[in-house]
Amino acid sequence: MPARALRITLGLLVTLLAASFVIFGAIYAAPGDPAAFLVGGQEDATPEKLAAVRAAYHLDDPLWVQYGDWIGGVLRGDLGRSMQYHDQVADLVSSRVPTTLFLVGYSAVLFVVAGVALGVLSAVRGGRVDSIVVAVTTLLASIPKFVKALALVAFLGVQLGWFPVTGAGEGFGDRLHHLTLPALSLALGELAVVSRVTRQSMLEQYAQDHVTVARAAGLSEFKVIRRHVLRNALAPVVTMCGLIIASLFAGTVVVETAFGISGMGSLLVQAINTHDFPVTQAVLLLMVLAYMLVTTFVDLVHPLIDPRVRLEGSAA
Amino acid sequence: MTLPQTAAPPVPPVPPVPMMSSKSAKPARTWPIPFRIAAGFLLLTATLAILAPLVAPYEPDAIDLNASLALPDGAHVLGTDQSGRDLLSRVLHGAGPSLVAPLALLALASVIGIALGTLAAWHGGWVDALVSRVTDVMFAFPGLLFVILIVSVFGDGLTTAVIALALAYSPVVAKYTRSIALAERAKPYIDAYRVQGMGGFAICARRLVPNLAPSLIGYLVLMFGQVLMGMATLSYLGFGAQPPSSEWGLMVKEGQAALVQGALWPALVPGTAIALVVVAFNVVGVRISDRLGVRER
Repeated sequence: MPARALRITLGLLVTLLAASFVIFGAIYAAPGDPAAFLVGGQEDATPEKLAAVRAAYHLDDPLWVQYGDWIGGVLRGDLGRSMQYHDQVADLVSSRVPTTLFLVGYSAVLFVVAGVALGVLSAVRGGRVDSIVVAVTTLLASIPKFVKALALVAFLGVQLGWFPVTGAGEGFGDRLHHLTLPALSLALGELAVVSRVTRQSMLEQYAQDHVTVARAAGLSEFKVIRRHVLRNALAPVVTMCGLIIASLFAGTVVVETAFGISGMGSLLVQAINTHDFPVTQAVLLLMVLAYMLVTTFVDLVHPLIDPRVRLEGSAA
Repeated sequence: MTLPQTAAPPVPPVPPVPMMSSKSAKPARTWPIPFRIAAGFLLLTATLAILAPLVAPYEPDAIDLNASLALPDGAHVLGTDQSGRDLLSRVLHGAGPSLVAPLALLALASVIGIALGTLAAWHGGWVDALVSRVTDVMFAFPGLLFVILIVSVFGDGLTTAVIALALAYSPVVAKYTRSIALAERAKPYIDAYRVQGMGGFAICARRLVPNLAPSLIGYLVLMFGQVLMGMATLSYLGFGAQPPSSEWGLMVKEGQAALVQGALWPALVPGTAIALVVVAFNVVGVRISDRLGVRER
């Protein structure tokens, strides 16, 4: 086990370093002078301004030294200074992280609860119910997030007036109210995979002897399903949900833009539109970090949920 | 296992099929109703995209401020946007870029991906390790973040978006190609060509990849819906097609401002168009990839 954990953690570090290098090195792929790029292609980019940027970013140092400086700063929590707002990027970002985390968490609760419920329904009822669940969830997965977002705004927001259509709200209750539609538009597309995995995993359990034994022992069908089928079927579901939650961070880019929520995702879009490269770098790095951390965490805890994996792990 | 069949077991006679024009002697396969509807819809969309200049009732950028945000009526079948531009005409004209851009980027992604995947599987060793590490790093960027990084550096616009998306999707193709090429490479016929003195490149280009083609095409057809959504999303964020194009993602973006004024059509008409095409492609794609026998990774 420790060997496996060490290997996974090392893999995470190597991938993170490589990804951060790609994010940092991207400015050198841009056509022209990096300094001109960093001032955002402004026409009033005076030589003094260019020189200031060059000094601030140590652009005359070799690439590896610059990267080392940047990543060293990142590790100390110093993400540089925004070109647009002239604030510390770290302050800018940290004011927006809570909203995005709330959105991702809310959305995760929605798709896990609804997805598992639909999967159980499909597995238990089968037949027509199963077909309907498949058809509806597949349809929802085939509609882009921004279209779902705007459809929800149009019908539940503007037409019925049940939910506010912009902003993130203040306080817990208000925030929950404001972020319901955004969380729904993030969550709806993930129901298909979660319900499929739940159903498949449960059907595999149904065929096992221990379920037959439980039934023979006279347990009610509800208890058989809850204690024996669902409990044993959970491992792949938890893994899949973890991976989806990791990918939700990237989905916030679209949803926050659609709903005008000031979180990490909309910050990224604004930063690109205003050529604010330090902010772009920081947000991309944090999103990749969040994604990699969650996927690695899922990898690490997988054997704890499903002890059968441990055996395979030790053999490898 | 493929012994020469000296005494083939008697095959039950295939019932005569009147509509079969194919030269293969396989039994006729009926396509289910949803597949036919979806395929018909896609053909119709493609035809309309080509004929848009002829069938569209208005010019896509004809501004008529008197008819701003008109609801659907006789003059404007699907209503108008804020500037009074006819939504039906815009959607018809937008079908071209909305469909061709994903097609182009998928073609580019498959050229890069198939080449890298085959190279990795064929060469093995450090080449394989290198390709795998590079794809791993690209997989570290969830969703469209890698594309967004490229766009942030090279500026937005349809061409940049197409190239960026192609680069982002090519590792997916490479990974799949590698997995099926590894299995194919182990087959005896490849060794037979080697023994005959055929070069590695020739075997890959002329024998191995063509033999993988059915699986690859099935896989790419399945990917198309995803790719189309990616392209539309990028345009919606403002990084893809630029005004005055009426690419559908961009139309949704422009229509969004009218939404809070209570005008639903400008955003929902192009949004529905995207959703319908993606759904139709998924229905068609699943069936086609089934028939072509896409192998599990």
